[in-house]
Amino acid sequence: MAQPDPAVPVLHTPLNGEHVAAGARMVPFAGYDMPVQYPTGILTEHNWTRASAGLFDVSHMGQAFLIGPDHATTAAALETLCPADLVALQPGRQRYTQLLGDEGGILDDLMATRPAEPEEDGVLFLVVNAACKEQDFAHIAARLPAGVRLIRAEHRALVALQGPKAAEVLAEHCPDTLDMPFMSGRTTTFDGLACHVSRSGYTGEDGYEISIHSRHAVRLWQRLTADERVKPIGLGARDSLRLEAGLCLYGHDIDTATSPVEAGLVWSMQKRRRVDGGFPGAARIQRELADGPSRIRVGILPDGRQPAREGTVIEADGRPIGVVTSGGFGPTLGGPLAMGYVEAAFAALDTPVTLIVRDKPLAARIAAMPFVPNRYFRKA
Amino acid sequence: MIRFSKDHEYIRVDGDIGTVGITDYAQSQLGDVVFVDLPPVGKTLEAGAEAAVVESVKAASEVYAPVAGAVVAVNEALTSNPGAINESAMDEGWFLKLKIADTAALDGLMNQDEYDAYLKSIS
Repeated sequence: MAQPDPAVPVLHTPLNGEHVAAGARMVPFAGYDMPVQYPTGILTEHNWTRASAGLFDVSHMGQAFLIGPDHATTAAALETLCPADLVALQPGRQRYTQLLGDEGGILDDLMATRPAEPEEDGVLFLVVNAACKEQDFAHIAARLPAGVRLIRAEHRALVALQGPKAAEVLAEHCPDTLDMPFMSGRTTTFDGLACHVSRSGYTGEDGYEISIHSRHAVRLWQRLTADERVKPIGLGARDSLRLEAGLCLYGHDIDTATSPVEAGLVWSMQKRRRVDGGFPGAARIQRELADGPSRIRVGILPDGRQPAREGTVIEADGRPIGVVTSGGFGPTLGGPLAMGYVEAAFAALDTPVTLIVRDKPLAARIAAMPFVPNRYFRKA
Repeated sequence: MIRFSKDHEYIRVDGDIGTVGITDYAQSQLGDVVFVDLPPVGKTLEAGAEAAVVESVKAASEVYAPVAGAVVAVNEALTSNPGAINESAMDEGWFLKLKIADTAALDGLMNQDEYDAYLKSIS
């Protein structure tokens, strides 16, 4: 995790005062003063999100609009940097993709949404990680063709409402969000306030991310937290929720050394792109697709109760074969869980491995992800 | 008699036996405890040596021996109910009992008033 530079002033999201007033424990994260937990604690927040609806301030993330003359031009410009099929992205649909470096390593992962409205043709709405946003946006802006530009949306807050009751809660404020399918987005209103809503998130649950002008963020937050089905959730539970969902955390599970093939993200590279290439590092990625990567991201379940944290060495056959990149305790799973990279020969489900935790061997096995079944909303 | 370390361990002393745990402040900083790794009974610990490991949802932390001694008992109940550390850090959430090598070493630790002042100074 990036350590804050004491010379750089700590940034506040528009909701900082709400977190402090709620008694949150605040920590520096990606240059921002962010809530790691509220007074009830991470376990309670985690379980609340799985059972009802959790509200997350993710306003530290980077939001921007990529704007060109038409969808094909804008999408083609982003396709030179990302391996997803963005040209085929339909109006109102969202895709997960990665910004790739020249060697096929992941510079960041991001969401790209094509607005549904015809008058917004040629626009892609991007959400990138907080710690990467400065370099991401500089990277993208420096590589755009004439006629396509990147406009940052620093005036926008972003909140996520996640959990099985998220849809019924949000429908009382934005009625047209109830039937949105997973990975779609639309421009709408929240109690009359203009906003952009996508049906996606980082918990494995059904839910939404709501992008709204900063000056309306507090009102939205207060109206949602006034609902007894909703509680604010900090970064601590956000991490345990995403880990149970098998989702990558940038800078930990994926970074500039890992390719999307090694990271098990081939599903996010649609066939045309896998075949035709045309993105940075395509030679490496197509070679890995053809021959298989030498290492791959896997889920790991330790026996017993002891968690194995990031950096734990994974052994098999009496030698190191990999490393844990995220690990901890899954409250819904009811036990320890981890993900990490292992040599491909050891990646099969149920392969026994040994984790070296504080110099002691801990038996574990390779496991399927997600660890907890996801509950994304897909229309029948 | 109870004494405290700057690492937020307490040792509750009865004769030459000390019951060691982490303070209520320490458990509140750790958050929800999910696992405890206790030392074997009979193990001899130097002052400041790692006596146990406590894992919360967030992170792992070491628990140090506030004074030197031999482990004469561990709180096995924590294995199945590590949450006792959050609910009752100072009583049911104890970690281990030490046969203190030299009770004079307790003079190097803080008493209740000094620990309370120490907490104020760091918060």
